[in-house]
Amino acid sequence: MMVDGVEDEEKWLAAGIAGLQQNAFYMHRALDSNNLRDALKYSAQMLSELRTSKLSPQKYYQLYMRAFDELRKLEMFFKEETRRGCSIIDLYELVQHAGNILPRLYLLCTVGSVYIKSKEAPAKDVLKDLVEMCRGIQHPVRGLFLRSYLSQISRDKLPDIGSEYEGDADTVNDAMEFVLQNFTEMNKLWVRMQHQGPAREKDKREKERSELRDLVGKNLHVLSQIEGVDLDTYKETVLPRVLEQVVNCKDEIAQCYLMDCIIQVFPDEYHLQTLEILLGAFPQLQPSVDIKTVLSRLMERLSNYAASSTEVLPEFLQVEAFSKLNNAIGKVIEAQADMPILGAVTLYSSLLTFTLHVHPDRLDYADQVLGACVKKLSGEGKLEDNRATKQIVALLSAPLDKYNDIVTVLKLSNYPSVMEYVDSETNKVMAMVIIQSIMKNNTQISTADKVGALFELIKGLIRDLDGAAHDQVDEDDFKEEQNSVARLIQMLQNDDTEEMFKIICTVRKHILTGGPKRLPFTVPPLVFSSLKLVRQLQGPEENPFGEEGSTTPKKVFQLLNQTIETLYGVPAPELALRLYLQCAEAANDSDLEPVAYEFFTQAYILYEEEISDSRAQVTAIHLIIGTLQRMHVFGVENRDTLTHKATGYSAKLLKKPDQCRAVYACSHLFWVDDQDNMKDGERVLLCLKRALRIANAAQQMSNATRGSTGSVTLFVEILNK
Amino acid sequence: MNYLIGAFKPACNISITFADGKNRKQISIEPVLGKKVEHNGVKIELLGQIEMYFDRGNFYDFTSLVRELDVPGEIYERKTYPFEFSTVEMPYETYNGVNVRLRYVLKVTVSRGYGGSVVEYQDFVVRNYTPPPSINNSIKMEVGIEDCLHIEFEYNKSKYHLKDVIIGKIYFLLVRIKIKNMDLEIRRRESTGSGANTHVETETLAKFELMDGAPVRGESIPIRLFLSPYELTPTHRNINNKFSVKYYLNLVLVDEEDRRYFKQQEITIYRLQENS
Repeated sequence: MMVDGVEDEEKWLAAGIAGLQQNAFYMHRALDSNNLRDALKYSAQMLSELRTSKLSPQKYYQLYMRAFDELRKLEMFFKEETRRGCSIIDLYELVQHAGNILPRLYLLCTVGSVYIKSKEAPAKDVLKDLVEMCRGIQHPVRGLFLRSYLSQISRDKLPDIGSEYEGDADTVNDAMEFVLQNFTEMNKLWVRMQHQGPAREKDKREKERSELRDLVGKNLHVLSQIEGVDLDTYKETVLPRVLEQVVNCKDEIAQCYLMDCIIQVFPDEYHLQTLEILLGAFPQLQPSVDIKTVLSRLMERLSNYAASSTEVLPEFLQVEAFSKLNNAIGKVIEAQADMPILGAVTLYSSLLTFTLHVHPDRLDYADQVLGACVKKLSGEGKLEDNRATKQIVALLSAPLDKYNDIVTVLKLSNYPSVMEYVDSETNKVMAMVIIQSIMKNNTQISTADKVGALFELIKGLIRDLDGAAHDQVDEDDFKEEQNSVARLIQMLQNDDTEEMFKIICTVRKHILTGGPKRLPFTVPPLVFSSLKLVRQLQGPEENPFGEEGSTTPKKVFQLLNQTIETLYGVPAPELALRLYLQCAEAANDSDLEPVAYEFFTQAYILYEEEISDSRAQVTAIHLIIGTLQRMHVFGVENRDTLTHKATGYSAKLLKKPDQCRAVYACSHLFWVDDQDNMKDGERVLLCLKRALRIANAAQQMSNATRGSTGSVTLFVEILNK
Repeated sequence: MNYLIGAFKPACNISITFADGKNRKQISIEPVLGKKVEHNGVKIELLGQIEMYFDRGNFYDFTSLVRELDVPGEIYERKTYPFEFSTVEMPYETYNGVNVRLRYVLKVTVSRGYGGSVVEYQDFVVRNYTPPPSINNSIKMEVGIEDCLHIEFEYNKSKYHLKDVIIGKIYFLLVRIKIKNMDLEIRRRESTGSGANTHVETETLAKFELMDGAPVRGESIPIRLFLSPYELTPTHRNINNKFSVKYYLNLVLVDEEDRRYFKQQEITIYRLQENS
């Protein structure tokens, strides 16, 4: 049925154009022969095509434009006629003899244009008459186009200051009145369309209304172009009148469009200076109006205005822009109790952006906004709306982008509260954003308190939050997230060792809540940070606070031990082993023999009990050997024990080649170049011989199966040793 | 005034020429082909006449004046007789209507016994002007249909001259019907005869669109209707008890189902005396 309708409309449009063109042809003939009577007759007939009710606005527009073009020629003819002695006043009357009102008024406006140009009457009088007489068209579409025609032909003839049609002292008022009147009538007609026709065609009507909206909005544009309309006039007359119409029309579509129009069409300084009036209108609008978008655009414009030049910033302060906007938003949110949370958050987001642009130094303002947002969120519970959560991310990212410093952001007391209200997914997203900001800006987070606050903030990454969908985590994403956390941990640094220790403790506290999946990522960086601290503590400067309670390497190692232990639960024995060995080395450098020994013990226990995969064992044993070889803090007994165990493990490796390699590696344990008491040649030899024996055995075994190439390499290696 | 020559049949040509304004005229009689015309007298009459069409030949002379121009005699050659009707009362205007007409005519009679009298007619038009009325109230009224439509209409005067403009407005107090458009008609009602024999003819002389589309409560639609393009005459009330011509403004509202709602209002039309 739709298609039929469109086809019919095409036909009617074609018929209308044909009729119009035919009459235009005769009209041209009359114009050429200076036949006024026929010119009027055929032009009236031509304009009768515009009386149709059968066309949609878009099609009607096509017909209208053709008529418009023809009327321009007619207007020229009228001008010529007056030059030839025809009285314009008589002509003005003559066209009013036309029986049908629509052609009559189009002709009247056309003559009116010439009348004004002739200056035989003040522009304001003619304009007033025209805008009044147009009342005769009460049909919305036809009326809108007629008044649009009036607007078009009168644009350059307004009695504005400095124009050739300028009148007496009240001239700007007259110009304004005319445009305001036309605007008001056009808006009334436009709104009327909403209620005409059957209910089931509402969508179609609204679409048609949307096509016509610029006809109405154009008037506001004309108003903004009137030279004589300065800030005072705008404030006293133009804005109140326009708002009056906007509010009183009680139409959602009109209100939304026109408020936006006002904001876009008039200069930003005007908006600043009339902020109160403008904002006062919002609560009076229909509840269904998308205020949040309009308000957001207003704040966006003002933000850009503030950003454009620092000279305008004082103006913002002078008009107390922030508090006005804040109040207005509060009122709107209060008035529209069932505004979806998306709306409220969008508003706060825009307000926050505004605040950050205009009052970057006023953290309290920013905090206020966040606080208001929290208050609104508290009534809602966890957010479910996707778009709302996106807005919250935008809201929270804004201060980050502005200040580039999470430390400053953390000063906003309400910031974490906002995070409380997002679901765990969003928390993670936000956390990543925060971490990225820190990385990018190399932000120094230097106190344990701040670290704690930060980790609380990014808790979505740190641990499983309630209600999180545990099984839906993508492997790669998870890895990326945890790597980010790892990098973050590495960035935390404070030269003050006391503080650093506190930081480490804080971080540890947090990451230990992470669960087995996360620990393998988070523990290592913490360990290395701690080891760094240890090295610091060993530094040339004597720790002046060498009293009880101060940080010592021992304390750190203690902590480390406990920390690495947690990896057992993952389980991640290989990782733990490595870390133990690292710590052992560090303990070595700190001359803490018992600590180092303890670490090795732990490592050996792990090796014996937890590491069962043969390849892992190989790697592990080589690590142990390598580390042990570098250790110099052990006394003879301890070293012997450890070495003995190491060789024992080596010999018990699963595969002969592995055994061989491990054993001859052990030979290094007995000979350390730079330590005299570590040169036990005998033991070295013993090891090598043992290795040989194993190699032989390996060879024999492998001869039985495949070639002997494998074992030959072993012999070569041994030789190299 | 006009210079008219009447064509004529054998015997003689009579032509009546008007020398000036209303009163002074002259006639000339010219015998044809040099033949002489014998007559029993020449006279000229000025008649004011009302003729009813429905009653064929029902003429009524409300004014009758006669001037004897010549005693019985003979006319050999072209002869001119001046005549004058001064201070004639012509209280009514010339009117040509549907069922009636009022005319003024000059009738020249050359009486002859045999061969019939020669008669020549010459119509002339009389227009009567009136000064602007001293009292001319506007017409303002509220009308409507309960719960349907309430309007208040206003016309700036009740008496209009022929080249006047009707200025006014229609204010909608209540609109519960779907209006398509609104017209203002000018209607002329000509009534002839009296009592049981009254004939009424109504004609719509003008149909002027005032509004296109459906208004809502509170809308005020302006009226500006120029009377000059229309063929109107002044209002004639009870001319010689024979006929009346009255004018009415008929406001018509048409709804979407083509139902018509109307309100008729009489106005007086007059011919305005132009002040010199």
